[in-house]
Order: sequence, then C-alpha cells, then structure tokens
Amino acid sequence: MSRLAQKFSALKKEGRAALISYVVAGDPNPEIGQQILEALPEAGVDIIELGIPFTDPMADGPTIQAADIRALASGMTVAKTLDMVRVFRQKDTHTPVVLMGYYNPVYIYGGARFAKDAAAAGVDGLLLVDLPPEEDSEIKGDLKAAGIDLIRLITPTSTGERLQKLVQDASGFLYYVSIAGVTGTSAIEVASVAQRVNDIQKVSSLPIAVGFGIRSIEDAKAVSAVADGVVIGSAFVRIIEKTIENQIVNEVVRQVKSYADALA
Amino acid sequence: MKNTLQNQPDENGHFGIFGGRYVAETLMPLILDVEKAYSLAKDDPSFLADFNRLNRDYIGRPSPLYFAQKTTEILGGAKIYFKRDELNHTGSHKINNCIGQILLARRMGKTRIIAETGAGQHGVATATVCALFGMPCTIFMGATDIERQKPNVFRMKLLGADVRAVTAGAGTLKDAMNEALRHWVAHVHDTYYIIGTAAGPHPYPMMVRDFQSIIGTETKEQILDREGRLPDACVACIGGGSNAIGLFYPFIDDQTVRLIGVEAGGHGVHTKEHAASLTGGRPGVLHGNRTYLLQNEDGQIEEGHSISAGLDYPGIGPEHSWLHETGRAEYVSVTDNEAVDAFQKLSRYEGIIPALEPSHAFAHILKIAGNMGKDQIIVMNLCGRGDKDVPRVAELLKL
Repeated sequence: MSRLAQKFSALKKEGRAALISYVVAGDPNPEIGQQILEALPEAGVDIIELGIPFTDPMADGPTIQAADIRALASGMTVAKTLDMVRVFRQKDTHTPVVLMGYYNPVYIYGGARFAKDAAAAGVDGLLLVDLPPEEDSEIKGDLKAAGIDLIRLITPTSTGERLQKLVQDASGFLYYVSIAGVTGTSAIEVASVAQRVNDIQKVSSLPIAVGFGIRSIEDAKAVSAVADGVVIGSAFVRIIEKTIENQIVNEVVRQVKSYADALA
Repeated sequence: MKNTLQNQPDENGHFGIFGGRYVAETLMPLILDVEKAYSLAKDDPSFLADFNRLNRDYIGRPSPLYFAQKTTEILGGAKIYFKRDELNHTGSHKINNCIGQILLARRMGKTRIIAETGAGQHGVATATVCALFGMPCTIFMGATDIERQKPNVFRMKLLGADVRAVTAGAGTLKDAMNEALRHWVAHVHDTYYIIGTAAGPHPYPMMVRDFQSIIGTETKEQILDREGRLPDACVACIGGGSNAIGLFYPFIDDQTVRLIGVEAGGHGVHTKEHAASLTGGRPGVLHGNRTYLLQNEDGQIEEGHSISAGLDYPGIGPEHSWLHETGRAEYVSVTDNEAVDAFQKLSRYEGIIPALEPSHAFAHILKIAGNMGKDQIIVMNLCGRGDKDVPRVAELLKL
C-alpha cells in the first residue's frame, strides 16, 4: 500500500481528517525551508504538500506568489526541491509528500526523468495545477510506472460529465478546490463544500482533501467534519513572510499545532 | 484530403506538439464552452453578418493596400506594399479580433469583459468595443507599461474601462496576463476574457487567427487585383503574433510566398535583453499553451525586453512555433536601435508614423528589399500607428 493510502486508512480508523500543509520548497531559503519541512510532522501535519516554485503561478494569490519569488531568489530549482525531499526521507519514512506546482518546470526537467528522480527521492504524489486530464497523457504513464500518484483537482465548476472524467483514472486522493478563485483570497462556504464533497463521493471512493479558501481554524474544523483532509497553505506561508528569520520555524510549528489541535 | 497546412489545429487545439489547453481546472469548463460557442458562431450567417457589418462600418475595412513608391525607389529593389491596418478605427489591427470576440461573448450571455494589454493597443480596442456594446470592462496592464504608454491608458479610461495596474514581476504583458487569468478564475460565471493575441488555451489561438485572417484575405485579393499575382514575401512583426498570423494564414498553402516574422531583438539576441522567443527560446508551457518561451534551464520564465511594449512577451502564439518547426515561415529579429531607425525612416519616406511594433517589420524590409529584384513584391503589415510611441521616441532622440 502506498504511503498516501496507508495514511488515509490510518486516519479513517482514528476518525479524523488529515491536516495537509502547503509551503513552497525553499521559502524563504533552502536552509530554513528544510527545517520547516522536517518540523511539520512533529507539529501535527499528516500529509505534506510542497510547492515547486515557479515564476508565473497563475492559480495562486499574492501570498504564495511572493513565496515563489523568495524561493527562486534564494536559488531553488526542481532538482533542489527533490533534494529537500530526499534529505527529509532520511529522517521520516512515513509522512506522505505530495509535490504541487505548474507544468513547465517539470516538462523542462523531463517527465520521465522527473518521475524516476521524484520516486527515488521519496515523493508520493504530484499535483500540477495547469495540467488538466486533456493534456496529462504525456506524463501519466511515467508517474504510474514510478509509483507516484497523479493528484487531480476538482473545482466548483467541475460538474456532471466533467466530474466523471476527472475521477476516472485519478489516484492517491482528490483535491477539491473549495472556491472559484486563486489561493488564499476569498472565504469558503462550508455548506456548499459539504454538498460538493458529497457529489464527489458518489462517483469516487478516493479520499477527498479540500483546500484553497480555508483561512481560519474555525473553517478548518468545519471542513474536517465533511472531508478526509484539510489543506492549509496561505495561512502558513504568511507566517514565513511576516516573521523574522530566526523565529520562522517556531512560529510555523506553533500555528500548525493550533490547526492540528482543532482537527484532533 | 486536400494537402494543406491550413488544417491546424486538431480538435484538441494542437498545432503539431504546440498549443493545447494547459489551464487550471476551474477554467476548463469555460474554455470548453468558448470553443463550443465559437464553433457554432463561425458558421452562423447572423454572426458573420454582424462581424462583416462592423468590420466595414465601424472599423473601416477593408484597409487599403498601399504601394510605397518612394520607399521602393529609395531601397532600389523589390516593390513594397503596406497593408494599412494602422488606419483601422483605434489605430491598429487589434480591433479586428475584439469585434469578433465581443460578439461571441454576447452570444454566450456574458455580461462583463476583461482583457490584458501590453502596449495598450489591445486594451484600447477592447475598451472601445465594450463602450460600443455598453459592457463593463476591466483591463489588466503592467505598471511598467502604464508608465510608458500613458496616452493609451488615458484612452482606455476615457472609454470607460477600469484599468488595473499589475505590479507583480516586471509589470509587463506576461504579468498582466497572469493577473487577468487569476481574475477570470474568480469570475467565471459572468465574465468573458478577450485575449488579445493568437496565444493562450485552445480555442483562442485558432479563434484570434480566424478573426485576424481578414488581413491576409483582403491582402490577397488586393494584390491579385493590383499586380495580377501573389507577393514574393509577406512580412510582419511578432510579439504574440496575431497580426502576423492574420497576414500569413491565407498564404500558408501558397508555397511561392515567403512568410517572414520579425521578432523583437531588443539589445540583441546574443544578450539576455530581447523578446525573440523563436530565435532565442525553446518549447515550454505557459498561459494555457505549449509554445516557444524565453526561459532558463530550470523552466522558469524570463522577462522579455523590447523598446516596444507590444512585443516584449516571452512567448509566441503556438501556430508560429509550428510554422517555425515545419519551416513554412521564417523568423528573424531586429534590435531596438534598428526599429527606432526604421520608425524615423518610414515617417520621412512615406509620411506615415508607424508604431514601434511594425517599425520592426520595416527594419527587416530595409535589410532585404535592396537585395531583391525589381520584379519582386513584398507586402508588409503596417499593423499600428505611432501616435502612442511619439512621446517615448522623442525622449529617446532628444527631439
């Protein structure tokens, strides 16, 4: 069983939703980025989403755009992102790591090479925001061969036949984007999220994580009651942005703990 | 089946390996709707009647094909014709596409319009059609471009558009497009995005090409009428490539006609300061399509540089990438300095002040016309007028 499947099945037994954190790899720099990564599981994160920095993150709001720029300015690359996971895996072999980003850096790295290197580094899943099912055939086979789950995004606009198409050959889990908008910008409506999660459950047995518009502990708690996982991104990234460097890891840990406690 | 290069893209929007639909899932259903609506509209006589009527009465089409006798004599070689799309209402070819797309947006029941703009020509054209149809309009424009294209910013505001300054990145066209896409994702239900160039997710590259093809279709008819034969070369400048594909497309199957796209060489393609995606870039994925992009070895997009705000986009429409790889079209570049020189020469030779964008095309003609025979013919798309650039060039030349 994959790390992702194991994690979701263990959480199901515990009767709680996964806390999924999102930070950009190497934000604000590779050293602190590595420390943050390594501190997340202990602080209560169940699944780690790690952003591959990109110059033009079209689905992200200002907070994560700024994080991408900080990471790139400090020299982050696709190869260094994979290195971070490799180093992380020396200490942690059970926390699933999902890389999230945009297609171009992966395409330029080379799909087959990426799948192979990511699997060797200990990556469990890959989510590419701008690679819809219409275009993902050129990388799907390579990921599958390497044992990496291709995580599909489902949005408020994916309904009917479209929804069927999205869940068809998805694996790992499904990521429900809870707002029609970019990351970290507007607030969710829990009732409509619950309704949509319910719709998705009718067509797929995969776990469903919800993200994009969850901005408070109260939101997280409410969403955790209706989904298998809650993704918190901008709220953590904002701490990296606003905190003086030697306090960043402590502050992120403190914030993660408060979310983890709320979901426990 | 007819042996043709005009049968691209395929049903999924691919021109060879280029094009496609690389967008966030939130936009996919909408993009599919746009495609469906366009495929119905383009064969609907009532849509075409509206399109043709506005082209004639509002834009002033057909634009003239002008024999530049004096330029021809000075350069001493090929006969030079200008397709006068700078005489269109709003002063550039951009309006051709905006008329088509706003008619489509209305058919789709959308109630507000957004657009990106670089030099401001597409922004002005979009604001114009929105004023015409009484639709609210938001234009995303890089903060740097707002600074260097002030006259167009004023025009857009006068026409009733809400102009949003984009400060992300270098504050130019690429950043404006990112921001427009972000805004669209959050307003999919009522908003239509009028993309200004033949790039972006399918069906935009095909649709913008089709609307702009009126340039080449008219040119072909006019040159046959005037010269009784096709030209030897068609020349156009390229940023995203909409005016060039509009001129080239009707000539694609005429193998005797050379198609020459002129990219912005900035300070030179051997430097980092240029916007020549085909000459100095490689294939990648950005803004919904696979195409040639300026990028580093890690797939991070680099800023394009050009004296012309309309050309400094780090990508190019996917059909140009395909025409480049198949060898059907040739792509060259000219530098900022060559373009400024051509800007002055065209003003003096013909009494036509061109925009800095077609000044690039003219700079290439200055290089090649003299080496061609007197019996040969070049057509250049004079795709925009230079009023917007006068303050900047005046500053540069200390006039």
